[in-house]
Parts: sequence; C-alpha cells; structure tokens
Amino acid sequence: MSTTELFESAEVPTIDTSGTLGRSPWQLAWARLRRDRVALVCGAFIVLLGLVAAFAGPLSKLIGWSPTQQDRINGLTPDGLPAPPSVHHLLGTDNLGRDVLVRVIYGTRVSLAVGVAAAVAAVLIGVIVGLIAGYFGPAVDAIVSRLMDVVLSFPFLLFAIALVSVVGPSELVEIGVIAFFSWAAVGRIVRGQTLSIREKEYIEAARSLGASDRRIMFVDVLPNLVAPVLVYTTLLIPVSIVFEATLSYLGVGIIPPTPSWGNMISDAQDVYQQAWWFLLFPGIALIATTLAFNLLGDSVRDALDPRTERLFAK
Amino acid sequence: MIEDTPQPPAGTRPADDDLVRATGVVKYFPIRRGIIFKHEIGQVRAVDGVDLTVRRGETLGLVGETGCGKSTLARCLTRLYPLTAGQVVFDGTDISTLNRGQLRPFRRDVQMIFQDPYGSLNPRRRVGSIIGDPFAIHGVADGAERKRKVQELMELVGLNPEHYNRFPADFSGGQRQRIGVARALALRPKLIVCDEPVSALDVSIQAQIINLLESLQDDFGLTYVFIAHDLSVVEHVSDRVGVMYLGRLVELAEVDELYRHPHHPYTVALLSAAGTPDPNKARKRERILLTGDVPSPIDPPSGCRFHPRCPKARDRCSVDDPVLMPGTDRRPGAEPTGDGHVTACHYPVLPGEVLAGRT
Repeated sequence: MSTTELFESAEVPTIDTSGTLGRSPWQLAWARLRRDRVALVCGAFIVLLGLVAAFAGPLSKLIGWSPTQQDRINGLTPDGLPAPPSVHHLLGTDNLGRDVLVRVIYGTRVSLAVGVAAAVAAVLIGVIVGLIAGYFGPAVDAIVSRLMDVVLSFPFLLFAIALVSVVGPSELVEIGVIAFFSWAAVGRIVRGQTLSIREKEYIEAARSLGASDRRIMFVDVLPNLVAPVLVYTTLLIPVSIVFEATLSYLGVGIIPPTPSWGNMISDAQDVYQQAWWFLLFPGIALIATTLAFNLLGDSVRDALDPRTERLFAK
Repeated sequence: MIEDTPQPPAGTRPADDDLVRATGVVKYFPIRRGIIFKHEIGQVRAVDGVDLTVRRGETLGLVGETGCGKSTLARCLTRLYPLTAGQVVFDGTDISTLNRGQLRPFRRDVQMIFQDPYGSLNPRRRVGSIIGDPFAIHGVADGAERKRKVQELMELVGLNPEHYNRFPADFSGGQRQRIGVARALALRPKLIVCDEPVSALDVSIQAQIINLLESLQDDFGLTYVFIAHDLSVVEHVSDRVGVMYLGRLVELAEVDELYRHPHHPYTVALLSAAGTPDPNKARKRERILLTGDVPSPIDPPSGCRFHPRCPKARDRCSVDDPVLMPGTDRRPGAEPTGDGHVTACHYPVLPGEVLAGRT
C-alpha cells in the first residue's frame, strides 16, 4: 500500500460540534446546569421560597393568623408556655401565643429580601471597586487594595452592633451593614481577575482600536468576570441570610414584632426545653435555605467552569 | 511639526512618500522592586535608538531573534507604548507625544494584527461584535448597517458571513486569524502592523493568511510593517527588510539585496541558520554558529552590541558604536551607494567573504 493510499484510506475523525456551535458560554452553562439534579432540586426549593415570601399575606390569611396576632384561646398552655403543634397551630405557637408557621413564612420574606439585597449591593460595589483597582495600574491598586484590607480587618460584628445602636435598627441599615462588610471580598476576587485579563492580547487589540478605558472595562473585561461574580453572588446570598439572622438574633436587625428567623430563634432560646417547635422550625428554615443556596452556588460554578475538579464526584 | 524631522538626503524620494518616519525611537522598561514603595533598580532597553521609515504601499519586514525588540518597536510605531525618547511621524503628523484622546483619530489609520489568534479575540464575545468593534468605537456605523459591513468584511477575508453569531472558540486558528484581519481592515487603515501574524499557525495555513494579506494590500493600497522570525516568510512578503539585534536596527535593505548580499555579520549568521527546503542545498550550505547567548538588554555590551558574538569583531567594535551607513566601504570619502542598503557595522562582510566560525 503506497503512502497516498494510506492517506486516502485513513478515516478522518469527525467531531460533532453542531450542538455547541454558535451557542454562547452562557447557553452551554445553562444546558449543563439543567442536567444537574442537585441544582434542579435546590433551584426549585429557592423558587418555592420566593413564592412563599411573595405570597406571605394570602398564605397567612389561608392559615387564619396574622404574624403578630396572639391566639387568646389556644395560643398558650394553662402554664403560660407556647402551645405544641395542633390542629389550631400546625407548627405550634411562640411565647406570646402567635402562630409559628405564619411567622416562619413572614421570616422568609425578611431573610430573602435582606439577604439578596445585601448580596447584590455588595457585588455591585465590589465589582466596580475591584475593576478600578485591577484596571488602572499599580498606584490606584495600592490605594484601593489597602482600603479593602482595612474593611476586611474590621471586627464586623462589634462594628455592626455599635453602628445600629447609634443610627437605630431598620431593614435598610441592616442591608447597608451586611453589604459594607461583604463587598471587599468580592472586590478582591474581581481585582485579581481583572489583573490577569488586562494583560490579554484582546485588551491590547481594543486599545489599538482606540477604545476608551470605560469601554474596555465594561465591554471587554466585565463579560469575562461574570462567571466568577455569579458564583460568588450565589454563595454570598446564604452568607448574608445568616448574617441577617445573626444581627436579628442579637437584637440589632429586624425589630420585633416583625418576625425574622433570627429574632424567633432568639425568643425561643428561653423556652426551648419546653417548646422545641419554637426553636426547631425557624432553625430548619434557616439551615435549609442556606444549604440550598450553597449547593446551587456549587452547581453554578461547575456549570460555568467544567474544568474544575469536583470535590465529590457524582 | 514636520520641520523638526530630519529630511531625507536631497535627490532621493520625496518626503511625501514616507508614511511613517521614526527617528531615534527609544523604549526602556523600568524594573521595579519593593512592595509598597517601589524603586527603580534598572531598565530593560527594549528599543534603543531606531531610525526607520516606512514607505507608502510597501511591506517592510522586521526580523531578529526573540527579544530583539521587534514587537516593542511595532508598539512604539503604533503608539501603544509611550516613547522613552525619539519621534514618530505618521502621515505628516508627529504622534510621539500625543495623549490617548489625541491619538483617537490616528487609531483609525493604523491597525494591528496580533500573533496569537487565540489571545487576541475576546472569548466571551461573538465574532460579529468583535469585528464590529472598530465601527462601534469610532461611531462609524450602527445596527443593521454595522451588521452588513461586518458581514461584508467576513466575506472579504474568506469567512462565512452566516457565522456572525458564533464565538471565537467555534473557529480554527487560521479562521481566527482571518477574524483578526477583518477587524484590522474594518476602518480601511493606511497602515497595518502585523506582529508575527502567522507564527502561531500551521505551515499550510500560513500560506493562506499571507496570500490573503497580499491580495488585500493590492485591493486597498495598504502599507504593512511585517514582523516575523521566519526568514522565508519575510522574504516572501517584504519589499524591504530590517534586521534587528538587541534593540537596534543593524541592517536595512531591499529584500533581494539583503538576502543575496548581507553586509552585517549578524545578518549573515541569521540567514545561514534559516532552513532550506532542498536537502541537497541544505547539506552544502555553510552555517555560522554564533557563540554565546543574546546579551541581556538590561546591560547591553558597549560599542557594537553584537561584538561579543561577532566572528569579525576587533578592538574598535567594543568601544565605538556603529551607526547605519550605506554600502560596505567605510573609508572616509567613499562614494555613497544609492540602493538604500544600510548597515551598522565597522567591518561589513564583503561579497564572497567567508566568516569564521562556520561548521
């Protein structure tokens, strides 16, 4: 067999790329995410939480109690302790005879609203500051990076308690406090990524075309940051929810009688030996929500960057 | 501004013929140490005093070893870097001290094609958007008109216009380089600086890209500065070729003249090291092995920078820094040759001369 024949007979391996051609990295990531069962379950749970939070009012009407309404008949045991789960109150009552189920539902609203808003605010600040630090060279970087170091080295709980006791607690202050202590971590990640992206040849190409700094930052650098930022956001939301619960638990977050998981747990700790349901259900809500966001965050990371090794193979 | 630039000697081409005139271009990169308080501990002399003109419509090749300053010089000519010293005049305008805003109109006339077809295209953006970048940045065309223009460009460089919405990852290396060419061509520039445009490609693809560049040059009257370390590629595309060594231009001549009668010992060595497709010729050819490595551009040798490795070096070479001079006759009062072949060497290689150190 001559060489030419060999070449002619050799089969050319064809790779079927029709499934991926022209699809954006986002579309591919979305396709991978949809195949991930853990992500689907967690995503469904989070959507459910969102619906519960959005329809907290109608839900409480359906159950028959408002979050601050005290049941004067079945709300407390004759000893004055919270009533256990019963037909009147599916998840029992709290120390003031209020329905735990309705309060957990309203707590979802606070947790999601504060957690998501704080995380989004922190990411916005972090991305902008990180982009500036990474893009504009060593002098700006030195100043901004030191600023981030200062923020990260704050004793945040102490500072949060002090701040709230000065300006007074409110949801907005709580969001501000959580965002203030979270943006620097995002800023660092974005700065690091920007530093490596800005040395890429396509940035030089944009510069040689006469693109402005703003255009390069938002058109060329930012799309390459979306993946890590998206992952970090999904992981920052549960952190913010726990942060919110912590502040409320300490009495510097959501002010009673508005229910939040944190202040419910705080109220429950005096009577948990007699009324386990009062501590258990807000606790489960907090843990399940945090877990769902964390697992979803991991799945999002896997979907966006299939090359990274999974810690536990599925 | 034009008055400041040295005029070419009387009796040569009119000054108008020069698209780019670079005089004494110097680019040093500082080396800094320290964490918070940085201090300069030295400089990399990437380009150290280069005079160069690029004529309208020609292809000027630049060759030299890795690290000789070719790419830095290219980025100085396109003002992607600020100059440490020297002057660059483009199309009659001194651009050496313009700031970024002032450079914007100039950016339309000068484009670059980069070496790495993988690195020079943003992986997160669609090809149509990448090729449309020049239109967007300079506010030339919007919406449907931009799309039409981009698809015209894609067709022009041999890409399927229907692939407008694909991502760089969907294309092969050669196709990506075509995308880079389309982007460079978008605003119909006067000058395209090609920084090793084919070095990263398969040999079979190299020819396609080079042929594309040549046909575009004919169609649009482009001027190229073509950087490569592959001597045969440069020989094929260039009208004139400049040889660089350690931040200096050491020889410049018409392409045939340079390849047939190299004057600088470094050029002779470089040409002798180039591959030949004919094995019979390859066996017969004399290779000159240079001893030692390229010296550090942080602390370049005194006098002629090539003298520590030069087989012809004499005492004078380590003291006296040679400048570019025409011909090979270095005696005072020698007749200047008119062919534009200049060499920075005290003892140029004469025709038929055999350099020591061959194998």
